[in-house]
Amino acid sequence: MKSVKPRRLGSKVVALGLVTAASVAMLSACSSDNGGSSDGKVNLVVAPVLPGATEDALTTLATRVKEFEKKNPDIHVKAIEYQWTASTFAAELAGGTLPDVFNVPFTDSKTLANNGQLADITTPFKQTSTADKWNKTVLNVATGDNGKVYGIPWGPYAMALSYNRDIFKQAGLDPDKPPTTLDEIQADAKTISEKVPGVAGYMQMTKDSTGGWNLATATQALGGRLETTGSDGKVTVKTDNDQTKQALSWLQKMRWQDNSMGSNFLWDWSGINQGFASGKIAMYMSGSDVVGSLMQANGFDQSKYGVTTFPVDSSNSKAGILSGGNVDVVNVKDTPEQIAAAVKWIDFYRTQPQVNESDAVTLAKSNQAGKQAVNAPTLPLFDKATWQQYQTWIKPYANIPADNLKPFNDGIFSQTIVPEPPAHTQDLYAALDAVVQAVLTDKNADVDTLLKGVDTKVQALIDADAKK
Amino acid sequence: MTTSTDVRATPAPERQKRRHNPITWVQRGGLTTLLFLLPLLIIFGVFSWSPIVQAVIMSFQKTNLVTPPIFVGWDNFVAVFNDPLFWTAVRNTAYFAFLAILIGYPVPLVVAVLMSEVRRFKGLFSVLAYLPVVILPVVSVLLWKIFYDAGPTGVFNTILGWFHIPPQPWIQDAATAMPSLVLQATWAGAGGTIIIYLAAMTSVAPELYDAAEVDGASLWAKIWHVTLPQLRGILFITFILQIIATAQVFLQPYLFTGGGPANSTTTILLLIYQYAFTNSLGGAYGEATALSLMLAVFLAVLSIVYFRLTARWSDQ
Repeated sequence: MKSVKPRRLGSKVVALGLVTAASVAMLSACSSDNGGSSDGKVNLVVAPVLPGATEDALTTLATRVKEFEKKNPDIHVKAIEYQWTASTFAAELAGGTLPDVFNVPFTDSKTLANNGQLADITTPFKQTSTADKWNKTVLNVATGDNGKVYGIPWGPYAMALSYNRDIFKQAGLDPDKPPTTLDEIQADAKTISEKVPGVAGYMQMTKDSTGGWNLATATQALGGRLETTGSDGKVTVKTDNDQTKQALSWLQKMRWQDNSMGSNFLWDWSGINQGFASGKIAMYMSGSDVVGSLMQANGFDQSKYGVTTFPVDSSNSKAGILSGGNVDVVNVKDTPEQIAAAVKWIDFYRTQPQVNESDAVTLAKSNQAGKQAVNAPTLPLFDKATWQQYQTWIKPYANIPADNLKPFNDGIFSQTIVPEPPAHTQDLYAALDAVVQAVLTDKNADVDTLLKGVDTKVQALIDADAKK
Repeated sequence: MTTSTDVRATPAPERQKRRHNPITWVQRGGLTTLLFLLPLLIIFGVFSWSPIVQAVIMSFQKTNLVTPPIFVGWDNFVAVFNDPLFWTAVRNTAYFAFLAILIGYPVPLVVAVLMSEVRRFKGLFSVLAYLPVVILPVVSVLLWKIFYDAGPTGVFNTILGWFHIPPQPWIQDAATAMPSLVLQATWAGAGGTIIIYLAAMTSVAPELYDAAEVDGASLWAKIWHVTLPQLRGILFITFILQIIATAQVFLQPYLFTGGGPANSTTTILLLIYQYAFTNSLGGAYGEATALSLMLAVFLAVLSIVYFRLTARWSDQ
């Protein structure tokens, strides 16, 4: 018997070893790499392309990654698909699953920076050639209260009205003369829904906080504000205002009187892009640069695309167009080497093509070959002269017909740019989603009560912040 | 060699002492047991128990998961109770549960009983009934989203059109959205329950049916007086499981409607998700975990009460 025991113990030890090794292996599989690679290169995961990007878009991106790696042989770049959405970002941030470089909207970058959730890129940013050229107002969205830089802005846009030129023609409308007032949008939408069955003449986003975003645009275009800041800095929520009600009443008329908004009313950003690209929606409100996404993720034929300024009430001096943009930021968990490499990538991928003719032309050629938007309408990143210079460089390669963009490009510089509501913006937008949905799905929606409810809810959040 | 006789011969206090002796424990293979248990303990500890404990702690804190959390006592629970959306979510969840019980509970039972009566192609029917369970839930919801297109050309509306029924708004209207979600959930979940019922029916003694037939019982009488009483244990279990599942409904409202139109499909779990994740700048994790805890306690209490109430009937 005794001779058996050591053997049994031995088998136990082997089993123990195996089990422990398996456990350790399982747990170690959960840990992330430290950004270094065995060949001494810095590994960088970037996310510049939308999920579901076309084959052409991915090929174009691969070409640009190769160009970057050629210029920076000590950096290895892996590009993944990524789309910022309000409802998934916090989960990705909390879960630590964000890549090294990702983008956030203008509304979020400053708060994230102040919360310590973004990497400080001040030192490598100062080494970029454009560090002193930035428009301070634009760079401010990526600057923390401590004066440090936490991101690099790109692609500023104004809200605009996108429309399908083919559907306009089918409805007997002139695509070169898009609507210029809310009444004209309503009239054209009615014509389209009557003459082209199955197509929504006009639609707005309603889900995932985008309903509030679009309603804020319409409110500000009419001269209203969803939030006001007093001289003492106190923010007051006032969605229950005349202009917001006017914007909702406008939707109500199109939905219930004209029946020109189709049958589906739950649209988020990517959903409405799909709806538009598949010809189910003739006109919708979105960022002026959305054609880039329509081509990249939906394979939309840009010859059908038209864009014009969203109508701003010229009789109201406070009326203006809501603007926004993106900020490329770096994962707070990255090593200093990765942060430096990340800034080099953002500078290469986003900024240099705006200021450097050779890079602008290379990018334009690459996008043209990959059937990606070369001349999607954006706002100036630095100043108007630099923006115009960039437009001249890319003009020979432009693949969206200039006439299709003319109504927007001609009108945008005469519109006043108005920033988004300052406090608890995403909470405000999310709360307003339900109001927009109610207006579109309930003929008897009590707008006054709904808006008062939003005011109470969001004001409570702002007041709670003030008590801290 | 230690034998069972030796153990029996040992006086009680001595036996107690030996049982707690670490060396004896090791000699009896306790270490091996522990070692083989270790991976499971680690996995459960890291991935299940630790998050549960952390969630309980977090429900009493205010945190953005970056800066140090602040203890806020019952504030998160008070905030949840004061949120008008909480009561909307409770009503919606109760409505979903009610509809799911009304539609989803009898359907698998009826189908299972009918299938048990079928003599030919039983396998084919079983496959057809179980097929929706095999389809990935997200895929099936996205498919049904297309079916539910509210335009006249939508799949379901086209079918209704054949019978001259006007197009329905399905998930695009507050009144019809929730029943539409329940319909899909029933379709997706019925297969599993049908299989359980079918398996349970095979255990019903054939003599009972024979006796009923001799007594001249009709099909309905056999089902009512033989099948259902024999299945009552299973029926009680599936009932409480269905209530627990419906109280935690998330997938359908999240993917179909995002809680809309106008919060008409915002359920408790979706509200928990919204607390935690809707705000891209960091959610109200405290409120989210507080509501999760409230839901867990409610379901635990409900289950205990239910089993106490039904224990007598189940044992019969």
